[in-house]
Amino acid sequence: MKVAIVKYNAGNIYSVIHALKRLGVDPILTDDARELRTADKVLFPGQGEARQAMTYLREHNLDSVIRSLTQPVLGICIGQQLLCRHSEEGNTDCLGVFPVDVLRFKPQRHEDKVPHMGWNQIQVKGDSLCNDQSFVYFVHSFYVPVCEFTTAVTDYIVPFSAALHRDNFFTTQFHPEKSGTVGEAILQNFLKL
Amino acid sequence: MLAKRIIPCLDVKDGQTVKGTNFVNLRHAGDPVELGKAYSEQGADELVFLDITASHEGRKTFTEMVTRVAATVNIPFTVGGGIGELADVERLLNAGADKVSVNSAALRRPELINEITSHFGSQVCVVAIDAHMDEQGHWTCYLNGGRIPTDRDLFAWAKEVEQRGAGEILFTSMNHDGVKNGFANEALRRLSDTLSIPVIASGGAGCREHFRDVFLQGHADAALAASVFHFGEIKIPELKQYLSGEGISVRL
Repeated sequence: MKVAIVKYNAGNIYSVIHALKRLGVDPILTDDARELRTADKVLFPGQGEARQAMTYLREHNLDSVIRSLTQPVLGICIGQQLLCRHSEEGNTDCLGVFPVDVLRFKPQRHEDKVPHMGWNQIQVKGDSLCNDQSFVYFVHSFYVPVCEFTTAVTDYIVPFSAALHRDNFFTTQFHPEKSGTVGEAILQNFLKL
Repeated sequence: MLAKRIIPCLDVKDGQTVKGTNFVNLRHAGDPVELGKAYSEQGADELVFLDITASHEGRKTFTEMVTRVAATVNIPFTVGGGIGELADVERLLNAGADKVSVNSAALRRPELINEITSHFGSQVCVVAIDAHMDEQGHWTCYLNGGRIPTDRDLFAWAKEVEQRGAGEILFTSMNHDGVKNGFANEALRRLSDTLSIPVIASGGAGCREHFRDVFLQGHADAALAASVFHFGEIKIPELKQYLSGEGISVRL
């Protein structure tokens, strides 16, 4: 199986590579359109800032490549946010696979610390890759509101989309590559699609 | 509900984990990579690896060990010790660390915090603070693993650290570290209640009740300990069951 990871200017790609290797998959890290289009699975992970990420993706023509992919795609963390329509982070137009806008957490009480960092539970709502009530690892300051494509919800300040699914596009706001055995099972479920 | 985190800390010297009592008298406690994997299987929520010799002996990195940890461990981990400049951070992140912890270098040159967060994001930047309380109850920050006092007040420095963009604060009470008589809950509560970033409590864990108290009284977001885990005095699965029974949200 050919598994490709989208190479762009986002951090924390290494942990995804390591996680896939632990599952017996040796992924390629590439920004080449042909390599991405011919992969069996594509992962779009990372941490970073939305505007800089989108600028890089457009300059390398990766925006249209990612949108046009037809094999299973897994967006992780900022990957989920970039697949949405717009992000409040840097007032950035994103890829628009999911017609929903990414917002910044607005603390309501003193205990509401931002970023949302650590292990939190998901409530599964639909065809996600995850088990209900699993604890998974989050690090983020922006969130995707609950929408018709939400497949898992986590409540932190507001209920938000922990996972999305539309056609061949699956996303998680959390980091399956850092979520212990639960996360490994989610990656395994994606690889089996 | 966001879970309170339990974080074993592995102090590393010459490729082996060690833990001192009040920062002296080091004892060996195993291979850091194997130990880290075992902790993650037991239910640790994160790991911290500190190169404890780095600051004062000039050792810059333990990058090779970080690479092995990244390949082996499937939970987040932070590395620290001897990080002096942005290039150190980049090397450790590229080796697979999720976060870096800066301590003395940030006290010496606070702009380092801004540089790390603007290049790599707030979430990778943990600022570790070692502080000691004097007889008047005043908390002073220390450099080089608690060897050199500064003129900085703990609470003022913590606020500055937050304003410079750090993602988390790891506060070690030098009065409590190694004594196993509980965490510095009063200071922790004041930190946690005045900051908008997570606070990791360190120093003083001796029994499971101390973890309950650091969350309920100290309002910590996470609790870090070393020797009680390394020598099996507290087992993480039992600790988490206990905390859950006390009404504290933990990942089981």
